[in-house]
Amino acid sequence: MSRRGDWVYENNGGTCVAIAGADYCVVAADTRLSVGYSILTRDHSKICELADKCVLASSGFQGDIKALHKNLSARELLYQHQHNKRMSCPAMAQLLSNTLYYKRFFPYYAFNVLGGLDSEGKGCVFTYDAVGSYERTGFSAQGTGSTLIMPVLDNQLKSPSPLLLPARDAVTPLSESEAVDLVKDVFASATERDIYTGDKLEIVVINKAGTKREYIDLRKD
Amino acid sequence: MRLDVSAIENSFAVQVDDYAGLFGAGAGADLPAMELPTCADFDGFQKETKELMKNKKGTTTLAFIFDKGVIVAADSRASMGGYISSQTVRKIIEINPYMLGTMAGGAADCQFWHRNLGIKCRLHELANKRRISVAGASKLLANILYSYRGMGLSIGTMIAGWDEKGPGLYYVDSEGARLVGTRFAVGSGSLYAYSILDEGYRFEMSVEEAGELARRAIYHATFRDGASGGCVSVYHVGPNGWKKLSGDDVGELHYQYYPAQVTPVEQEMADAPAA
Repeated sequence: MSRRGDWVYENNGGTCVAIAGADYCVVAADTRLSVGYSILTRDHSKICELADKCVLASSGFQGDIKALHKNLSARELLYQHQHNKRMSCPAMAQLLSNTLYYKRFFPYYAFNVLGGLDSEGKGCVFTYDAVGSYERTGFSAQGTGSTLIMPVLDNQLKSPSPLLLPARDAVTPLSESEAVDLVKDVFASATERDIYTGDKLEIVVINKAGTKREYIDLRKD
Repeated sequence: MRLDVSAIENSFAVQVDDYAGLFGAGAGADLPAMELPTCADFDGFQKETKELMKNKKGTTTLAFIFDKGVIVAADSRASMGGYISSQTVRKIIEINPYMLGTMAGGAADCQFWHRNLGIKCRLHELANKRRISVAGASKLLANILYSYRGMGLSIGTMIAGWDEKGPGLYYVDSEGARLVGTRFAVGSGSLYAYSILDEGYRFEMSVEEAGELARRAIYHATFRDGASGGCVSVYHVGPNGWKKLSGDDVGELHYQYYPAQVTPVEQEMADAPAA
């Protein structure tokens, strides 16, 4: 595809993960920005806080991602002015889907994971493809390390499908600290085997008390 | 001895510019001629046509009409190339309480345009003070998709519902097709689903029998098609709207249909004695 003179994208690499709990949500991403085999910076955040209970992590082409995050933040501010409240996570999920689909024929090269609390205070994670198809799930990984991380998350967190009828009780979800430990573990493993993932891990935890942020060092090689 | 030059001699007369005999029998009128297809790429069009026929929509969905309404069923796997991106995709989309749409092809395309169709159907209700018919809803969608023809949308959907005329089922796709019918299966697993569906179909069936037929058809498709899997969802659309009949994991369905055989062990292996 890069033979064509009109290929305007590049993949800056990186991985994003989100896990939803009963009353919290963990959103994490590494902070490495690469082009080809070079690392441009070890300190670039892929996470954007769109609303007090809504956080977006995106990996892919950082040019498109910057534009997308700016676009969504601006729309959220408009919503605040018009409705006198901040956007809920499910509302932002639909907005992100439409924003991505409107560029269906010249897509944002962004693989997104949206995490936060829904209007009842339960954790929610929405996972997207590049053109806007989305689904509410309990956990997700996107980016270059996603194929390494998803099987581990499936093993630890998978609960009976929401499509089952009669509905089955979901497996008891992890506590907040267990979820954060799991995220640290999967990133450490992904860093070992994915050249684009590493340097530092930024973890954002959202619960009813608010948002807190933590940085963990990863392998820099 | 006369040289036999019949092979080299050209038996076709020389082309005379008389508009190929348009104004009367001219010199070129008895030229043996062959119709050539008018297309951009004469050398490659056959290969391209074969590619068109290939079913690239990795999924299995089906719907059929019977005497008690419409049954709609689908699997729940989404694949990106060889990677399974999700096993819990909702492929049966609830357009409104009495109409369902199925998803095959591009997930984003299907989700977006079904939501758009739901909005248009609601606007029709508000403007006309009555529900839109299944024919009308499918036409709305088909016209939109036709206008995007050739631009790369990938949608293979069935619109199923119950309106004033009774049960209705339409197949609509991104090539611009809109077909009315009583039995459809769409996706890479459709061939497997068709075989089970066609074999077991009768117009008079109870709702349970019809649901079981649909479930088995999707199960068999997930068994043989790598791009289909996850859970089978079966819906029934009756005169009072749609209702979800069942949702089953295909892994568990397999052992329901084909229980594991306990093979008798002739010589049991004994644990090695602890040294």
